[in-house]
Amino acid sequence: MQNDRQIKNYHLNFGPQHPAAHGVLRLILELDGEVVARTDPHIGLLHRGTEKLIEHKTYLQAIGYFDRLDYAAPMNQEHAYALAIEKALGIDVPIRGQYIRVLYAELTRIMNHILNLTTHAMDVGALTPILWGFEERETLCEFYERASGSRMHAKYFRPGGVHQDLPPDLIDDIWKWTETFPRVIADMETLLVDNRIFKQRNVDIGVVSQEQALDWGMSGPMLRSTGLAWDLRKSQPYDVYDRMDFDIPVGKHGDCYDRFILRVEEMRQSLKIMRQCIHEMPAGEVLTEDRKIAPPRRAEMKQSMEALIHHFKLYTEGYKIPAGEVYAAVEAPKGEFGVYLVSDGKNKPYRCKIRAPGFAHLQAMDMMLEGHMLADVPAVLGSIDIVFGEVDR
Amino acid sequence: MVEWLAGIYGGTDAAWFFSIVTWILAIVAPLLLGVAFAVYADRKIWAAMQLRRGPNVVGPFGLFQSFADGLKLFIKETVVPSGANKGIFILAPMLTFVLALIGWAVIPWDVGAVLADINVGILFIFAISSLGVYGIIMSGWASNSRYAFLGGLRSAAQMVSYEVSMGFVLVTLISYAGSTNLSAIVENQAGGLWQWHFIWFFPMFVIFLISAMAETNRPPFDLPEAEAELVAGYQVEYSSMAFALFWLGEYGNILLMCALTSVLFFGGWYAPISALDFIPGPLWMIGKICFFFFIFAWVKATVPRYRYDQLMRLGWKVFLPLSLAAVVFYTGWGMAFGYIGN
Repeated sequence: MQNDRQIKNYHLNFGPQHPAAHGVLRLILELDGEVVARTDPHIGLLHRGTEKLIEHKTYLQAIGYFDRLDYAAPMNQEHAYALAIEKALGIDVPIRGQYIRVLYAELTRIMNHILNLTTHAMDVGALTPILWGFEERETLCEFYERASGSRMHAKYFRPGGVHQDLPPDLIDDIWKWTETFPRVIADMETLLVDNRIFKQRNVDIGVVSQEQALDWGMSGPMLRSTGLAWDLRKSQPYDVYDRMDFDIPVGKHGDCYDRFILRVEEMRQSLKIMRQCIHEMPAGEVLTEDRKIAPPRRAEMKQSMEALIHHFKLYTEGYKIPAGEVYAAVEAPKGEFGVYLVSDGKNKPYRCKIRAPGFAHLQAMDMMLEGHMLADVPAVLGSIDIVFGEVDR
Repeated sequence: MVEWLAGIYGGTDAAWFFSIVTWILAIVAPLLLGVAFAVYADRKIWAAMQLRRGPNVVGPFGLFQSFADGLKLFIKETVVPSGANKGIFILAPMLTFVLALIGWAVIPWDVGAVLADINVGILFIFAISSLGVYGIIMSGWASNSRYAFLGGLRSAAQMVSYEVSMGFVLVTLISYAGSTNLSAIVENQAGGLWQWHFIWFFPMFVIFLISAMAETNRPPFDLPEAEAELVAGYQVEYSSMAFALFWLGEYGNILLMCALTSVLFFGGWYAPISALDFIPGPLWMIGKICFFFFIFAWVKATVPRYRYDQLMRLGWKVFLPLSLAAVVFYTGWGMAFGYIGN
C-alpha cells in the first residue's frame, strides 16, 4: 500500500517576545526539520509614528525623535537631521562645533559596535563578551552625559553646531579612554575572533554577494563586507571628515564573520578619528552665531532685549525654512542614514522621510537565510545589526 | 557499609532496610545541599569571569541565594499549559530529578564506602544517564510547544551520539582495570599521581570530559535549551517546582559526571602523593569533583554554542573514530605487553 502524505513544513514564531530577536521583531519561520525554508519578518510592533509626529513639531523640537530611532547610536541620527536643516538653511557650522560632532559621531559608532558585536556573540552562545563590552559602553554613556546631560537620548547636535562646548577635563578623559580601549578590543578578540566554534557559527553564514547587496539597498558594514569600499564619510564627506585620515575596512566574503571582523576594525578606525579630532580641535564657537537659528547666550539675555526676543521666538515659533526639499545622509554605524525634508516655508516640516539602514537590511533576511539552519537565524540577525527603533520608526 | 550499619541496627530484615534508607539519606541530603552550592559556585565563577559580582545579597557573600531561589520557585504556581499532556508533563521533571540522584548509588567515596558495590557499576551509571534523555524528550513532547519540541528532539539526538564515544572510552578503562566495578577501577589507580588514568589515557580523558559536557547539556553543547534560538528549549513551559526539579536534576547530573571523571581518571579517593594520604578519601573525592565543576563553569563562560549539525559532526565524525581508534590502540598495547588480563 502506498501512502503518499504531504508533510507540511513546521512553522515557528520567532518573536516578538524572544531573547534573540533584538527587540520586537516577529519572524515567521517555515522550518523543514531544522532547515529554514522561508523567513517572513513582520515589523511595525514598535511603530510610533515618528515621521508624522515630526510634521507637528518645530524643527528644533524634532531632534529628540532622532535619538529614539536607533537608540544604540543616537547622535549619528541627530547628525543627519542637523545636516539636512543646515543644508536647507544654507548656514555654516563653526569649526570647533564640527570637530565635536565628528568626535561624538565616532564615539557613538564605537558605542553602537560594542553593543552589536557583543550581542552578536551572545546570539551564537558566547555570554561573556557582552559584559566586558558593557563596562566600556558605560564609560561612553558617561561621556555622553558629561557633554549633553543625558546618557542616551542626548539631543546634543543642533542645527548650526552642538548645544554646548565640552568641558576641558572631559576631552582629557576621552583621550585617556582612547588609550586604554584597544586593550579591551584585543581581549574580546581573544575570546571570539580565533575561536573555532565562533568561526564555525559565522563563516559562510548569511552570505551576501556584492550585486545582491546593491540590489537590496544595503549600506554600511553590510555592503562593505562584500568588498565594496563605500563609506559616506569618504565619498561625500560632511563636517570635518575630509580632514581625517582613516581607512575603510572591507570584507571579502560578505558573511557574518566578515561583518564581525569588519566592525571590530571599524572601532579601531573610529578611535583613530577620535584621537585626530581631540588633537586638532581648535578653540572657538561651537554653535552658529546666527541668532535666528541658535539661541543667544544666557548672559546676553540678561542685558539685551533683542537677545531675549530671539530666545523667545526660537523656543516658541522656531525658525522657518524656505520652501523646497533637501536630502542629507550620514554614515551611521549601521549604514546610510538619510533624512529627506520637504518644507512649504513654515516653521514645521511638511514631510520628513527617514531612511533607516536597518529597514533595507531586514528585508533581505529571507534571501540571506535560505537553506540555513534555525541556529543561524540569530547569528544573521545579530550580524545585520538590527535596532527596531529605526526599522519601525 | 550497609552491612556494618545493619549490624548496629540489629541485623534483622528491617534493620537492613533502615540501614539502606539511612545511607541513601546520608548521600542524597549532602548531595542536594551540594547542588544548591554548586549553582551558587557556578554563578559566582561565571560572574567573576564576566567582571561581575554575582549573587551577593542573600546571606554572607550571597551564599543562601540558591535557597532563596528554591523558596521562590516552591511557592509559585505550577502552570500546566492547556494543550499539554498533563500526566507526562508533570512526570518528566520528576524523572529527570530521580535519575540524577540514582546514579550516585554506585559512586565510591573511599575503600568500601559505597552504597551499592555492584560489579556492573559503570554499566549502571551508563544505563541511568541514557535514561536521562527520557525526561527531556517527554517534557519536550508533552509541553505541546514548538520550542520545547525542537529542544527535546535535539537533546535526544545529542545524548545518544555522545554516549557512543563515552562508551568506547569506558571499554578501554574496563579492559585495563579488569572489572566494571567502580571501586576496582579506582584501585587500579593506586600508587600516586603517576598511576592515575588521565596520564596514561590522556586522549580518552579529553574525549570523556567533552562528552560529559555534551551529555549534561552544558555549554558549548547546550543546544536543547539554546536561549538564542529556542528560548529555553524543553523547559520553556515549566514553572515553579517542576522547573526547579529540572534545574536540580541538571546540576545533579553535572556533579555526577564530575564525580565519574574523578573516579575514572583522577584516582577517586586517592591522594596524588603519599605524603598527603592523611587527608581522608572522601575529602579528596569532593575536592576533585569541585575541580571538575570549576572546569565546567570555566568552559561555560568562555565558549560560544555549537550549531546542531556541527555538534552531530563532532560526535560522529570526530569523537567516534578517535575513540574507536584509541580502543584498538590501547587494548592492543595492553594485550601485547601484558597489561590486560593479569
